[in-house]
Amino acid sequence: MNECEQPLNLLWLQSGGCGGCSMSLISAESPDLLRSLQSVNINLLWHPSLSEQSGSELLELIQKIVAGEIKLDILCLEGSVIQGPDGSGLFHRLSGTQSPMRDSIKELSLLSDHVLAVGSCAAFGGITAGGGNPSEACGLQYDGSQSGGLLGKDFNSKSGLPVINIAGCPTHPNWIIETLSQIAMSDMDMTGLDEFNRPRSYTDHLVHHACPRNEYYEYKASAQKASDLGCMMENMGCLGTIAQADCNTRLWNGEGSCLRGGYACINCTAPEFEEPGHRFDKTPKIAGIPIGLPTDMPKAWFVALASLSKAATPVRLRRNAVADHIVIKPLKKIKDK
Amino acid sequence: MSRRIIGPFNRVEGDLEVQLSIEDGLVTDAWVVSSLYRGFEQILQGKDPMDALVYVPRICGICSVSQSVAAANALANLQGLTPPPNGEIATNLILANENLADHLTHFYLFFMPDFARDVYQKESWFPAAHARFKAIKGTACQEVLPARAEFLHLMGLLAGKWPHSLAIQPGGTTRSIEIQEKSRILSILFSFRQFLQQTLFGDQLENIIALDSADALSNWLERPESSRSDFGHFLHIADALNLETLGRAGEQFMSYGVYPEQGNPLFSMGTWNGTYNELDHSLIREDISHSWMKFQNEPKHPFDGVTIPSVDSPDGYTWCKAPRLNGQVMEVGAIARQVVNGHPLIRDLVSKNGSNVRDRVIARLLEIALVVPAMEAWAKALKPKEPFCSHAKLPDDVEGYGMMEAARGSLGHWLKVKNGRILNYQIIAPTTWNFSPRDAEGIPGALEQALINTRLQGDRKGDLSKDEKMPVEVQHIVRSFDPCMVCTVH
Repeated sequence: MNECEQPLNLLWLQSGGCGGCSMSLISAESPDLLRSLQSVNINLLWHPSLSEQSGSELLELIQKIVAGEIKLDILCLEGSVIQGPDGSGLFHRLSGTQSPMRDSIKELSLLSDHVLAVGSCAAFGGITAGGGNPSEACGLQYDGSQSGGLLGKDFNSKSGLPVINIAGCPTHPNWIIETLSQIAMSDMDMTGLDEFNRPRSYTDHLVHHACPRNEYYEYKASAQKASDLGCMMENMGCLGTIAQADCNTRLWNGEGSCLRGGYACINCTAPEFEEPGHRFDKTPKIAGIPIGLPTDMPKAWFVALASLSKAATPVRLRRNAVADHIVIKPLKKIKDK
Repeated sequence: MSRRIIGPFNRVEGDLEVQLSIEDGLVTDAWVVSSLYRGFEQILQGKDPMDALVYVPRICGICSVSQSVAAANALANLQGLTPPPNGEIATNLILANENLADHLTHFYLFFMPDFARDVYQKESWFPAAHARFKAIKGTACQEVLPARAEFLHLMGLLAGKWPHSLAIQPGGTTRSIEIQEKSRILSILFSFRQFLQQTLFGDQLENIIALDSADALSNWLERPESSRSDFGHFLHIADALNLETLGRAGEQFMSYGVYPEQGNPLFSMGTWNGTYNELDHSLIREDISHSWMKFQNEPKHPFDGVTIPSVDSPDGYTWCKAPRLNGQVMEVGAIARQVVNGHPLIRDLVSKNGSNVRDRVIARLLEIALVVPAMEAWAKALKPKEPFCSHAKLPDDVEGYGMMEAARGSLGHWLKVKNGRILNYQIIAPTTWNFSPRDAEGIPGALEQALINTRLQGDRKGDLSKDEKMPVEVQHIVRSFDPCMVCTVH
């Protein structure tokens, strides 16, 4: 693709995050990361884990971009923008300089054709903004679910698009590569972005889709403790029915997902997932009914269907749901007893 | 004399700056600056203790599982909980998967590309090093990324995903493994072993493990297959550049022990200063005299540690605190783990040259060879129909700790719980030890010591008046520790 066109220059910076989205990205497969970038005609100007240039060599590269000597097509930021303490940005100084990293991020965002927030930290503030947000972390164009952030709600990069928020904690490698591909093919426009400017290529789906526990979900056969096989929505805090991502149709590290790993979805692609207001692994309930039911289904219907299906739960599911391995296998026919 | 500021470093995890005093090409003093503060210890205050399992892995995307294991160990310590055998094994497999993937990433992606820098282009070994290890373009990078990604399929199977899994619990793991998955795990390990034996070592892992002295290592390198391997390639470059004389730190090593097998660690807990000593972790203190921190008048044990950042602290030059064991600077990491555990090759190397750039790398690669057979044995010992997780109630008022070895060294979590909420959560990470600033006595941390007295070769034409902006020796020394800066300050 794009063989006769100029490759797109990509600069990847990190700020107030953990580097986990990069670690996830370099685990890309079929094809691997280097071939994936080649296939979408991306030229990596610099990446913190991969590039040779260090220190003054990076600072010179940034100066050349600022001076217009090198064109910046895509700026990726991983990690929150750090505004603290007291709005000074000094909790993250760009090493080798005296200036806050925030200032370089802003300067480069104004120069880049496209600006990508990689991960929920760069998009919304994310886990770094948890608790009392001691580092005054925010996203590039959001502060939690409020638009604004570092660049302001009216910001558009030179391409005319707002910051593209590839949210997730971490991001799946393909979410990034496919977004880059859409950009490279000039297929990215506002219709490709959702209400939080996340790529709809993965947020039009729910984590619930293809959850291997969906039979337990259908019959409300629920897990009660960690390592149980049952549905984790009723008791274990699972948000897979409202979380927008394709984690169970597009697996992680070859064969995994949070649900497949036996633990709850914590809705990490959503703004403010870091502060659910309750313990992550316990479902908050009112009068025994979990709050946070599927958003686009009338609650009364859900409750009615749930109690019906609960009454119809096969013994197999009821027993397996609270065991850590299958204790009753599917049979062709079970005699009524 | 000039004070030179070097940064930002890449091919380290997170943000790092180094400041050097240089006189006639000799480093006379060094200051290590961790330049990012996020405040996880503050974020955790007031949370439900179990929520630590969500927050702490997100301290670091490369040591994510290590942070999970330290937190799970601390919570298990609060609850008096012991995982069932399957839970212990599955946790070991997940942790070993991360630790070995990190060692591999360090060697191929972070450390070796510096030998393909133009500064070395006049060296006879340069063309081969350039072809093999050049960042992004070298053949090694293209081979190792797929091998690493396939190895991390163990995470998909055992932990759901990497990084940032919630599979690791105080009582074991959430993911019970069935018989077919046990065989998948063994297949993935087999494939990884093939990669290591064909590409990294050019030899059976068992023959690497059996190397028991510096002489044995020299003899091994005589084999043509050894010489052609990436390990052999590194040893030749190390010889040519005398890397065993570069980056020597103090002679004190520490390991918390890791990979419990029915409670007994595969790599033992202790310290080494020419002899083995038991580790009394009640003697750990964190000092903030040279940190951008306030409100802690004297060094404190982490149970009583205070984390309140302050840009105004007069002697501060980093967000990192200075941990000490009984007042001593400790080096941690694979070399410390293996010298403490008594591997004869590492004991011999350390007795000859202390810790240094070459031997830190050798210890890491040796550890890959040591752990893969252990993983194979663990996987075979999984019993699919038996439990993976135990359960207990968390007391409302209690304190506990979790100590373990991450790829980069000793990681500890100390927490106090009051009224069912986290009152204090203190973390000392491996690179907090290695990249610590000076303490109140003015004693520099391990990397600072390793940098002092380094002779810089200028542009390698002998023209020392032409200062290099990024002296390559400094880059080798810094990266030989495999620093993780996001863990360091957290």
